[in-house]
Amino acid sequence: MSVQGPRQVLELAKVSRTFGRGATAVAALRDVDLTVSAGEFVAVMGPSGSGKSSLLSLAGGLDRPTSGGVFVESTPLAGLGLNELARLRRRAVGYVFQDFNLIPTLSAAENVALPLELDGVQAKKAHRQALDALRQVGIPELADRFMDEMSGGQQQRVAIARAIVGDRRLILADEPTGALDSTTGHGVMEVLRERADAGAAVMLVTHEARHAAWADRVVFIRDGRIVDEAAAMHDPAMLLARTGL
Amino acid sequence: MSIRHSLLALLQDQPRYGYQLRVEFEDRTGSTWPLNIGQVYTTLDRLERDGLVSNDGGDGEGHVVYSITAAGKAEVQGWFASPVERSNPPRNELAIKLALAVTLPGVDVAAIIQAQRVASMRALQDYTKSRRDTAASQRPGDTAWLLVLDSLIFQTEAEVRWLDLCEARMVQLSQTAGTHSAVRKTSNGVTVEEAAPLNAETRR
Repeated sequence: MSVQGPRQVLELAKVSRTFGRGATAVAALRDVDLTVSAGEFVAVMGPSGSGKSSLLSLAGGLDRPTSGGVFVESTPLAGLGLNELARLRRRAVGYVFQDFNLIPTLSAAENVALPLELDGVQAKKAHRQALDALRQVGIPELADRFMDEMSGGQQQRVAIARAIVGDRRLILADEPTGALDSTTGHGVMEVLRERADAGAAVMLVTHEARHAAWADRVVFIRDGRIVDEAAAMHDPAMLLARTGL
Repeated sequence: MSIRHSLLALLQDQPRYGYQLRVEFEDRTGSTWPLNIGQVYTTLDRLERDGLVSNDGGDGEGHVVYSITAAGKAEVQGWFASPVERSNPPRNELAIKLALAVTLPGVDVAAIIQAQRVASMRALQDYTKSRRDTAASQRPGDTAWLLVLDSLIFQTEAEVRWLDLCEARMVQLSQTAGTHSAVRKTSNGVTVEEAAPLNAETRR
């Protein structure tokens, strides 16, 4: 048996990202070190413009750092060509966005199967895996529905199913509850939490404390730097001591 | 917290002795506010003195059983019917600490806010986890505890949002301070380095 800790799915090592050059250069991220392991749910919190969305783009290979390294399942993204990077994104990384980004002319199952089919998976197999993903997010009965036949919360579950379909172990979520009411938002956080408990690595970017509170670790980012971190204690005695009057 | 009214409400349910009242109270509030048994007996004595409960004598096992009187029932009804009084304004150590910090020289307000944010966030994580675990176990008796946890979650979330606001205000203030000092420089032609009590350090 391995004596190592949980497998690191995402690693950012001394990552900096600067936009522009010279006097007008803006540093969006500076020397950021961050890892997310399998089964771990990490929330990144910070005000607008603090660099949290840049962090997510770099983690998913949508953008490249000015310096430092990004590794997904130990693969350095810097060493990949555009096609290889696109393939890795399809196979290893799932995104969940605030506005769902689902295709209205496709059914829920077709939306979820899409990344697999783009990756050359046979349609029947892709459909089977899509149904499995929809089951994991609790809406197998909505497989044939179109987007205009679903509520916002249901659409976001489809988006999460699309993010986890196949064997993808890294879920990157950018304010995924932004367009939802608070009860529905709660349901979305529950699904992300369950996916982490089932072994996925989840990184959530949010400015909402109540959503970040579902994470195992909360990382605070200010002006492109990680300034602090909070980890849940999960210790009932401490919990009660704190609330006792 | 009104121990007096809480005990009366529990006695309205059925006659009970002191230890039972303590256990019932803690069960229904998830042990969030532990009751000292001495407090329970003192309160019962006062309730009896005020005619709100009556001492029914022993239960044969050494416990003194109390039951609620008609006046006690009216008191409970009045308690449930009226909103909780808010002390004006509620004492809030954090607000007091920050109010003093921003007015005293040499205090790193940004650091105070961040330290509190980490602590509050950690509490929020724990409450959220506890709420999730409690909801998952689906025990009927947990309803009261879930309500208490929801209340703690909302309060803590409000605290974090308030800290965010404080921080944003300070950034604004430091920017305004920066503008003012710049204006002063151009108007009298002298470099003034004084004006920024909330300097760039607060923008970390």
